[in-house]
Amino acid sequence: MTTKSLIARNNDLANTEKQLEILSNGIFMNGELPTFANKIKETNQFPLRPKKLEILQINLGYMCNQVCAHCHVDAGPDRKEIMTLTTMQQCIKVVKNTGAHTLDLTGGAPEMNPNFRWFVEEASNAGIKDFIVRSNLTIIRANKKYHDLPEFFKKHNIHVVSSMPHWTRGKTDKQRGNGVFDKSIKALQMLNEVGYGTKGSSLKLDLVYNPSGAFLPGDQKALEQDFKKSLNDEFKITFNNLFSITNLPISRFLDYLIASENYEDYMVSLVDAYNHKAIENVMCTNTISIGWDGWLYDCDFNQMLNLKVDSKIKHIVDYNEEVLQNRDIIINQHCYGCTAGAGSSCQGEVA
Amino acid sequence: MTLNEKIMAKPYYDASDLRNFGKITEWSEDLGNKFFDYYGKVFEEGALTAREKSLIALAVSHTEQCPYCIDAYTKDGLQRGITKEEMMEAIHVGAAIKSGATLVHGVQMMNKVNKLEM
Repeated sequence: MTTKSLIARNNDLANTEKQLEILSNGIFMNGELPTFANKIKETNQFPLRPKKLEILQINLGYMCNQVCAHCHVDAGPDRKEIMTLTTMQQCIKVVKNTGAHTLDLTGGAPEMNPNFRWFVEEASNAGIKDFIVRSNLTIIRANKKYHDLPEFFKKHNIHVVSSMPHWTRGKTDKQRGNGVFDKSIKALQMLNEVGYGTKGSSLKLDLVYNPSGAFLPGDQKALEQDFKKSLNDEFKITFNNLFSITNLPISRFLDYLIASENYEDYMVSLVDAYNHKAIENVMCTNTISIGWDGWLYDCDFNQMLNLKVDSKIKHIVDYNEEVLQNRDIIINQHCYGCTAGAGSSCQGEVA
Repeated sequence: MTLNEKIMAKPYYDASDLRNFGKITEWSEDLGNKFFDYYGKVFEEGALTAREKSLIALAVSHTEQCPYCIDAYTKDGLQRGITKEEMMEAIHVGAAIKSGATLVHGVQMMNKVNKLEM
């Protein structure tokens, strides 16, 4: 199991231009597979344009207590990119005036940002309808100072969305690191104890499933049933919904695909599973992603590829929703990950 | 290149052929389409779950020793969250039937011996 980010390992793929070069060459260059732009042109869906803004997703930093094998952020303890208080204050200003109904905090482990609690308190005062924190679960057990996070989340009526790749220890630890499964189980039990994901409670706890290898996720409902049964039978854990998310071929997952000689087959699977209905609801059409340093992106994946929005407004300091909404969304071959099968987004299936 | 290497370089089975399975309809459209309609219907959720059907398909893929089917239903199983332990058990079910089918013919051998021997 790797314990360092691509950046710390000086891996070629830490360079986003190198990733984009790989995604544009090879089987897409020689015409064996259609580029994403050509694919969506077949159904007159090019250029891809935003619809009504529903979600503001804010990345509070790339630091994380875990180094997951598939991480598209290349997050880890060695990443020092953390949102400053000044940028947070600029975000709060935007949150107070946005037309979006959902605020989605992500990372890294967003809780590791030293001003995380201040930010949550300020943002929850803005009265946003659905306030999501993407928690990796183990952070709750990582250090004493995080043990009260379930209570803190409850106090601010946070909607907790947590990663859990499988209901078995082996598959979970292989993707996320040794011991992650047991810590995650304990953290889920702590969340249940304060009322998260339990019957009759309004405190929402959703889990995110993403495949632990070079294959696509299966049917979300069927997987949810299997997760619910196994977690309840074995650990008395309950939760609300399972979001099934496809791994996009960027960053550490791209590195894994290439190293394991699965890259071409995986891209073929994604292209073969292309669903033109999924593209109508891909998350870049209803989301704006804000990076730790305030730059704006169409989605979290474009953020990790350093593809800033194609708009006059590119940074949170100049934020203007109306101007931003009038833009073309930047696409590349990684976008096939969001349109395969039933589609994929930070909220799970889309078609 | 040795003869053996030449033979190995042109294998009878090519994993990428599976992608072109659908092309069999090109030379017999009506029958091909009927087969794929039937195939699709068989694997839908029914009295058996799609998950159970996937495990049956994996076991039969092995008893039929079809490399395309093994690739396809191993991946299908992973996508459905089926564990490797479940997959291996399913294959043992196929193997048990295969060996049972061999051994039960032993009764025929025994009958024949008993008939022929004085």
